[in-house]
Amino acid sequence: MKRRRGTFRMFELLGIPPQVLLGQLLLGLINGSFYAVLSLGLAVIFGLLNIINFAHGALYMMGAFVAWMLLHYLGIGYWPALILAPLITGAFGILLERTMLSRLYHLDHLYGLLLTFGLALIIQGLFRNYYGISGLPYQIPDLLSGGNNLGFMFLPNYRAWVVVASAIVCLATWFIIEKTRLGAYLRAATENPVLVGAFGINVPLLIMLTYGFGVALAGFAGVLAAPIYSVNPNMGADMIIVVFAVVVIGGMGSIMGAILTGYVLGLVEGLTRVFYPEGSAVVIFVIMAIVLLIKPEGLFGKAA
Amino acid sequence: MSDKASDGALLRVEGLQGWYGESHVLHGIDFTVNPGEVVTLLGRNGAGKTSTLLGIMGILPRREGSVRFNGNEIIGLQPRQIARLGIAICPEERGIFASLNVEENLMLPPRIADGGLSVERIFDLFPNLKERRRSQGTKLSGGEQQMLAIARILRTGAKLLLLDEPTEGLAPVIVQQIGRTIAALKNEGFTIVLVEQNFRFAASVADRHYVVDQGRVIDMIPNADLQANMDKLHAYLGV
Repeated sequence: MKRRRGTFRMFELLGIPPQVLLGQLLLGLINGSFYAVLSLGLAVIFGLLNIINFAHGALYMMGAFVAWMLLHYLGIGYWPALILAPLITGAFGILLERTMLSRLYHLDHLYGLLLTFGLALIIQGLFRNYYGISGLPYQIPDLLSGGNNLGFMFLPNYRAWVVVASAIVCLATWFIIEKTRLGAYLRAATENPVLVGAFGINVPLLIMLTYGFGVALAGFAGVLAAPIYSVNPNMGADMIIVVFAVVVIGGMGSIMGAILTGYVLGLVEGLTRVFYPEGSAVVIFVIMAIVLLIKPEGLFGKAA
Repeated sequence: MSDKASDGALLRVEGLQGWYGESHVLHGIDFTVNPGEVVTLLGRNGAGKTSTLLGIMGILPRREGSVRFNGNEIIGLQPRQIARLGIAICPEERGIFASLNVEENLMLPPRIADGGLSVERIFDLFPNLKERRRSQGTKLSGGEQQMLAIARILRTGAKLLLLDEPTEGLAPVIVQQIGRTIAALKNEGFTIVLVEQNFRFAASVADRHYVVDQGRVIDMIPNADLQANMDKLHAYLGV
């Protein structure tokens, strides 16, 4: 009896209807999907190239813009854009790698960070110049408009699709890296590129494709985001700061770590929005600070 | 010394010089290896034996002189191009990849030509590896890691194997097993350049020995004459 009253009182005190809780958890899961895909791309790039790709947010934004441009200038819709925009952004990434990044591999990480930070500013500046900052609308594809009432909450179809699509892409990436021959080349080259080259494997090509792939992941996240967030030049800058915190928490270089940390932190953010809304914008950074103090190499990172 | 493109030697190294940054480590290495031979490079620590292998493989950052493989000059090529011609290295530090399991480590080097050993034959030679094919590469014992490092370059079809101190730090029974493996590989037609400190082991497997000192080859001793040259060799190696 006493316990029941206690539970009751707690519920009253918190006063949270399940719809709110589940709604925020869904929102957290969606944010987490973006964090996962983006931090996965960063982890893949960092693993092999030793470059902290600060341009990742700008390239994510570019993915969304490419989808928007394909629609407005060429009439190419969402579904083809979901394939084409990552390919186009990935190709742009390869161009960056060939012309600029590849000249920095023999230098400290810091130079790669500075270069990609500069690139991010330039890319964002160019888009801001041509498209302004007000944001461009991008329609949800017909197939995914509407939603379903699950009884306890309303689930928009497009949001469910974002969660499913990003999970598929994350798992497929994990599978390629951890379970295939190409992935074995990648893991080996991450550990000892010189020896892998001495076995006759074209490591520079592998590096170029890896960067292109990481960038394509960012572009893919951008297309997924286009119908949810408005397409605007700053969307990447807002996102990338959080994603870097996610990567710091998860630990650079672990594929599954990057994915899991992305989802979990999205959910944590959602929960915080329920229980302590004022903290939701900073909770990830608080966790980052704690992780840095306790386990500086990150939750899934290997000690250096 | 001949300057013809092809004179029967599989590998002909002439006047090979090499640098790590400012540090000049090879001062003119000369030696030849004939097809099917097992040749050792003997010498003290720091004499330039490992650097010679890295120079042949194209890994040494700066090199001059001539390295001809099958009559073709390879001194200016990238390591991956050299590997594609049919040279494979088993490095001193073994280079087993921690993020790959035993089977992935074994299958990593791509096939560059026909005539490599089949995986079944490799597991015949190294039964331990078969049992542990799902283990993480670096969870193997030192001896097993060494066997894996040798095993993975046998599949590729490479004809010339560069083995850098395969017996270093291993128990005598493992050293014997590696000795038997090298003899078996010679029978299969592989040509081997072996860097060794353990010259009793070297004597048990090799046809000829080159003595390396201060970045130069200072002598060549056929294995048959090894006993007669023991005093000289002791002086060279400082043992």
